[in-house]
Amino acid sequence: MKNIYKSTAVIIASSAIMSISNSVVARDYIDVVGSSTVYPFATVVAETFGKKTGSKTPKIESTGSGGGMKLFCAGNGISTPDITNASRRIKLSEYNKCQKNGVKDIVEVMIGFDGIAIANSKQGPTFDLTRRELFLALAKQVPSNQAGELIDNPYTKWNDINPALPNTKIEVLGPPPTSGTRDAFAELALQGGCFTYDWIKQIKKDSKIAKKSGDKSLASQLKKKYKTICHSIREDGSYVEAGENDNLIVEKLRANPKALGVFGFSFLDQNSDVVKGVVIDGVKIDFEAIADGSYPISRPLYFYVKKSHVGKVPGIKEFIAEFTSEDAWGEDGYLTDKGLIPLSDDARQKMSDSANGLTPLKM
Amino acid sequence: MTGNTTEIIKLKLAKRYAKEKRFKLYGISAIAVSIAFLLSLLINISVTGLPAFQQTYINIEVDIDSKLLKLDSQYSEQELFRANYSKVIKQSLKTMFPGVKGRKQKRALRQLVSKSAIYQLRDFVIDNPSVINTRQSLWFLARDDVDVFMKGGIDRSLPESDRRLKDFQLVWVDKLLAENRLEKRFNVSFFTESDSREPEQAGIKGAMIGSLLTMLVTMLLSFPIGVSAAIYLEEFAPKNNKWVDLIEININNLAAVPSIVFGLLGLAVFIGLFGVPRSVPLIGGLVLTLMTLPTIIITSRAALKAVPPSIREAALGLGASRVQTTFHHVVPAAMPGILTGTIIGMAQALGETAPLLMIGMVAFIADVPQGITDPSTVLPVQIYLWSDSPERAFTERTSAAIMVLLGFLIVMNFLAVIMRKKFEKKW
Repeated sequence: MKNIYKSTAVIIASSAIMSISNSVVARDYIDVVGSSTVYPFATVVAETFGKKTGSKTPKIESTGSGGGMKLFCAGNGISTPDITNASRRIKLSEYNKCQKNGVKDIVEVMIGFDGIAIANSKQGPTFDLTRRELFLALAKQVPSNQAGELIDNPYTKWNDINPALPNTKIEVLGPPPTSGTRDAFAELALQGGCFTYDWIKQIKKDSKIAKKSGDKSLASQLKKKYKTICHSIREDGSYVEAGENDNLIVEKLRANPKALGVFGFSFLDQNSDVVKGVVIDGVKIDFEAIADGSYPISRPLYFYVKKSHVGKVPGIKEFIAEFTSEDAWGEDGYLTDKGLIPLSDDARQKMSDSANGLTPLKM
Repeated sequence: MTGNTTEIIKLKLAKRYAKEKRFKLYGISAIAVSIAFLLSLLINISVTGLPAFQQTYINIEVDIDSKLLKLDSQYSEQELFRANYSKVIKQSLKTMFPGVKGRKQKRALRQLVSKSAIYQLRDFVIDNPSVINTRQSLWFLARDDVDVFMKGGIDRSLPESDRRLKDFQLVWVDKLLAENRLEKRFNVSFFTESDSREPEQAGIKGAMIGSLLTMLVTMLLSFPIGVSAAIYLEEFAPKNNKWVDLIEININNLAAVPSIVFGLLGLAVFIGLFGVPRSVPLIGGLVLTLMTLPTIIITSRAALKAVPPSIREAALGLGASRVQTTFHHVVPAAMPGILTGTIIGMAQALGETAPLLMIGMVAFIADVPQGITDPSTVLPVQIYLWSDSPERAFTERTSAAIMVLLGFLIVMNFLAVIMRKKFEKKW
């Protein structure tokens, strides 16, 4: 019996020692975390970087933008990630947290744009929506005829909103609140439609005025007010949370031609034989429309580099160089094959200079 | 009166038979329904997954021109490694398809061949430097769209805008087909390559090795700990002691705890407190050990309990100590049951993703892990990651990976059955 106790103790102790000694040893691969939207692009770059240079391929975890920032800002140690991807800009609160934890110099790199597609089955009717109609279809509360008054969303069919739209039930499949795509969809599509009502837009203006005059609490109160109006999505079954898996949404649209779905442009690009994009504000979603900014629902993608790790972990500089090379993010680059919409030539040049020069971000 | 009773029974007899028949019918239909579900699942996976075991290759006449490679007459190994192979391939494709105009078409032309062609050519040239400035006929992996087309995944009759391959690309493919330059072969790289973002290059080797290393850690930790715990609780622990009862209840409860909880625990304790690195088989194995321990303890205890008391009494009667009794007689007799339980626990751990999500094993890892402290992923996670990829060609690979995982699970469970059959003792 003693033997067994002994050996068990030895195993536990040795594994503990092993682990502790491990965390001290330097890492020889780049550790990347962050957004699941940037993941498909970052992984291609990582793979090309590994194959081209013959060094170790960076490890890329898909944790979501917020989760990535949390890990990234946790500290400066070698056990923390070197790079985090984000499908939105770093928030001031996150930046401050980074500073507090000693992550002083952060290099920001904007890599391009991602379009958010609203699509339905090829078998379904052709939709031509404005952002206002989208807002009216999906908001929890919509403005009534009287300015300043909100009522619970009364619309159940598309043609209740606009007689020209199909006579089908409003049914939209989209990502859950934890997803960055959902945030961007609310921010760009719904808020865009929401601000077509002057009195709601006025709240935002008032908030800005209050901020300027120094009344911070009023400003944030007003901001909260218009965000609640514009970003709250109805919960009565018209908007169906279909999980983070965009392929699943495509599958469901194929099975249900009456429904619309919300997902990343690359999934529309790959499944163009099954689903078609909805025309938004008169613009059909395609590569060019997102690139020139005429398609309204697109967002910039970023990654952030911890400057203090450059030199400690091999290959970070080379990885940035690969990501910002014309081969990768250029108009003909391999990232565009995966559905990334490139920045303009000027913006690329500028971004590449600041990224490769490791210019730290100031907020 | 007896006559009357028989009458009553006879009258009810038909009803009783009917009842029995009905019950059998319920049972049979329940089994039929479950078999139907299982079959539809297996058939669905096999039909989607089988094409992945074949891969389209494309034959290209490559002019390995030193000028295009930007190599002088004297070159170092490094220069050879860095040479411009993509240009050579581009140029060779242009020679094969003269008259390709416009940016879009040129780009599409490059996309006939997988990106891996560049590296394949590089390795080929490094291995045989004599091929420089010669023309070689080489086979490369075809791009995923071509591969999907060759497997019948793209319908020619659809309007051009709905197809991944446009009309001009189909003309190229037809030309290649006519010249026997497109060929479907067994997909070796699916088993010899690791994860890749290009479906045609993606394989399961990295995930398989990762699974193996993780299972190794799990096995080395959970088997000794679990079995010792079971032996102590069953053979040595004082009976009717409230502490022992408490431990027993907790072990039984732990077996029913959702696996993600173990992931959270692992994140807080192993990564947070002990500083074990994320995404490595070591941490995966530690977390899965926590998860499998209750299963192993419970099954091992059941196996020990099944050993008849007469064995123990006989050993003790002949003067063996309790330790001798346990280790010379009881444990060997219970071993088949213990091993079966362990294998089933391991099979369970092999198919687990949820706890690994928390400890960073859900990640893109293109290198094959060399040890338990290299970043790695496991088979079920690989399946999850592929299922979430936009490229159409990943669908079949997802199913193929599921088939491989199912294969492993079936083998493990089969092993458990064989062991039980072979070593089981009837008392």
